[in-house]
Amino acid sequence: MASITLEGLKKTYTGDVQAVKGVDLEVRDGEFVVLVGPSGCGKSTLLRMVAGLETITEGTLKIGDRVVNKLEPAERDIAMVFQNYALYPHMTVYNNLAYGLKNRGFNKDEIEKRVQVAAKMLEIEEFLERKPRKLSGGQRQRVAMGRALVREPAAFLFDEPLSNLDAKLRVQMRVEIKQLQRRLKTTSLYVTHDQLEAMTLGDRLVVLNAGQIEQVGTPMEIYARPASMFVAGFIGSPAMNMLPVDYLNEQGANGLLDNLPDGTDIVGIRPDDMHLAPPSAPHLTVDSTLALFEAAGAESHLYVTLAHSDQPTVIRVSGQPPVAEGETLRFYVTRDALHPFNSTTGKRTGD
Amino acid sequence: MQTKRMTFPGRWLPFALLAPQVIITLIFFIWPAGQALYQSLLREDAFGLKTTFVGLENFARLFRDGSYVNSLSVTVVFAVGTTLVSMSVALLLASTVNRMIRSRSAYTTLLVWPYAVAPALAGVLWWFIFNPSIGIVPYMLEMVGYSWNHRNSGSDAMLLVILAAAWKQVSYNFLFFLAGMQSIPQSLIEAASIDGASPIKRFWTIIFPLLTPTTFFLMVVNVVYAMFDTFGIIHATTAGGPAQATNILVYKVYADGFIGLNLGSSAAQSVILMVIVVALTVIQFRFIERRVNY
Repeated sequence: MASITLEGLKKTYTGDVQAVKGVDLEVRDGEFVVLVGPSGCGKSTLLRMVAGLETITEGTLKIGDRVVNKLEPAERDIAMVFQNYALYPHMTVYNNLAYGLKNRGFNKDEIEKRVQVAAKMLEIEEFLERKPRKLSGGQRQRVAMGRALVREPAAFLFDEPLSNLDAKLRVQMRVEIKQLQRRLKTTSLYVTHDQLEAMTLGDRLVVLNAGQIEQVGTPMEIYARPASMFVAGFIGSPAMNMLPVDYLNEQGANGLLDNLPDGTDIVGIRPDDMHLAPPSAPHLTVDSTLALFEAAGAESHLYVTLAHSDQPTVIRVSGQPPVAEGETLRFYVTRDALHPFNSTTGKRTGD
Repeated sequence: MQTKRMTFPGRWLPFALLAPQVIITLIFFIWPAGQALYQSLLREDAFGLKTTFVGLENFARLFRDGSYVNSLSVTVVFAVGTTLVSMSVALLLASTVNRMIRSRSAYTTLLVWPYAVAPALAGVLWWFIFNPSIGIVPYMLEMVGYSWNHRNSGSDAMLLVILAAAWKQVSYNFLFFLAGMQSIPQSLIEAASIDGASPIKRFWTIIFPLLTPTTFFLMVVNVVYAMFDTFGIIHATTAGGPAQATNILVYKVYADGFIGLNLGSSAAQSVILMVIVVALTVIQFRFIERRVNY
């Protein structure tokens, strides 16, 4: 058990490519932190720097109270779960789990005990004598997790461990990882590009973009108050709609937009904050034409074209409203559903 | 999976298309092999004037002949030595080059060059290096008190031909080992290093076991090479000597047939070689299918 502290961590590749541009972050003891961002944002590089698989160009990395910048991966007391599982194909599941313990000179009884405990926890006892290629994707995933937890390391690092699984299994494994982490209370750093995975797994999220932290916070903090237009667009699905303030004023804002923070020229509205029936609170209205109706069971997504604008906009409503494509829709938005941004800086205004 | 079947409009087109390959095989492989088989049953005088059918007598004589049995054991030593030396050097080079990033392709290119050198030239090259009167290596060995002379020491001669033959084959083995190593996912090596395995331990517990199919394939290829493709090297360096110490089977076929003009015996020897090749090929096809899945 230990915290992980990143201070001004930078990674520069030859040819002046900056993959990570100075990241400060503290992962507290026992916390589950998710690094999330689009591909190429540096989240995997950052994780690999923590693991010791990439060198650190600048900055300090501490695991517990130790500065580990120059330590070998094996000396950092971490375990990692890889995207492709990275199981040793020529070893049985048992030996896959035992390999790290053998290398560290554990005695046979202790290895046996730990492997059995891990196998039981992950329900892979019956596969212990099999080779990885005889296992399904989900089973391999469990073995990979087992290999991480037999060593009882100070921290778990996950590098997109669920992205090779099919959608159903992914949800199931997501729940299992969460439960496991709750039980073991091992500090975890988890990388994903899937915002839903990030929202559901993390105690805290770190949204990365272009090698820099955009925002750190609990999933609901980030969802409720995205610090930038990037975060607003990345977290939440369908993505937040961005509408220029001038346009909304033309459409009849009822004076609701008069007291927005200084510098606001664009407002974000979550698709679920756009109502088809007028709410009792003061609201603004916008007319639009329904271009595409997407029924997703419990909810529906309405892709609309705004009147006098070509801004693509999505409305989310529960159930299936009786609307037809081509129909004119008027939707209503209350003041507290507006997220004010400045389009030049990309930041939230009024903070 | 269903494969698409090709049909031809005429009856003769498929035969015509196959003909070149069939004709080449018949003229250059089947006919000479048949000739050898037939000749191995005959005894012929040195001038080719009279031939007698002797049945399997040529074979029986060979196995009674001490020099043939000696040649067999020389061949085993030579083949095993060449294979071991060339494969272990190639493995070492490949694992070293595999760790490089920027200069990898330059090294790979350079290391492939020896493969392009003709066997006879490779032989002469090493013959110069090890020449007892003018060579650099005997000169240096002299300084540490070893008197190198492959003209009268059988073991020196064997070492020389093994070195020359192995040197030429290192390139080939190197390429295969390097390709094999590069097909091992990087994450496996990373996982092993997180699992606390030192680079040497990683090599022996992860990389080497995963290279097994490559290693096995190369072993067969190298044995075949050492037994059949090294005539030029032997001929240019030791010519089978001294005192038969490097007279491998292939060289003996030549020496007995074309110098000794004992064509019947020479043909019988080449038939035995044919059997060995067939056996090695069977082994290769039987076991080469055993692949490791990642």
